[in-house]
Amino acid sequence: MGNGTSIGRVRGLGSAKSGTHHWLLQRWTAIGNLVAIVYLAVSLLLLPNLGYPTVSEWIAKPVPALAIALLIVSTFWHARLGLQVFIEDYVEGANRLAAIIALNLVTFVGAAFGLFCIVRLALGGA
Amino acid sequence: MAQAGTSNRPLSPHLQIWKWGPAMAVSILHRATGTVNATAGLGVLLWWLGALVSGPDAYATFVGHATSWYGLIVLFGITACVFIHAASGVRHFVLDIGAGFELGANKVWSLLSPLIGIALAAAFWAVILMRGA
Repeated sequence: MGNGTSIGRVRGLGSAKSGTHHWLLQRWTAIGNLVAIVYLAVSLLLLPNLGYPTVSEWIAKPVPALAIALLIVSTFWHARLGLQVFIEDYVEGANRLAAIIALNLVTFVGAAFGLFCIVRLALGGA
Repeated sequence: MAQAGTSNRPLSPHLQIWKWGPAMAVSILHRATGTVNATAGLGVLLWWLGALVSGPDAYATFVGHATSWYGLIVLFGITACVFIHAASGVRHFVLDIGAGFELGANKVWSLLSPLIGIALAAAFWAVILMRGA
């Protein structure tokens, strides 16, 4: 290995083999986000008003409930990938590790909370 | 980069020597709007869903904040960030297939994508506000 230049240290190790995985997932979830956010925006525009009875009745229906659940999954996944890159670019050392761990916890808790809300709204109990 | 072997090697020219152009601006704007969406956007989305689950009183509290002057500013800001990021994201899909790198076309779409995003956000809120919540 030695302590030469970065390229010298990397040479001979080959590719990381998984470099495009993160990049591709960012694109797949972006497509999901685009479809889901257009669905949400158009739905909100088509509702007669945004009062509690109207919105809670709308979101309890199967298709809107499923769409918003998928919106939660896609956006939180995409946000987790995006903020990971943000952290990797601007945070160094031990703080980076702490930030990535916090990011994982927050995005999973947030997505779980969102999905729980949808289930509760769609299946009643509130 | 900072640990690049011998410390006296010349570094490549970085941000400070380049003249700002539309492509650079839209690139950092994409990151900035994405960060807003991922934090404030998803936060408000969860608040909205949580308020719906909690019932009419909690929902009324949410609507009270959302329709106040500061709430409308924040919500318009988030909506603008969502649509700007979406328009800029579509631009990225085009770049990903290897198109749109010609200097003229690249400049035009770099300028247009945030404007399209703001126009969509404005149109969305125009309908919502004219209808009356």
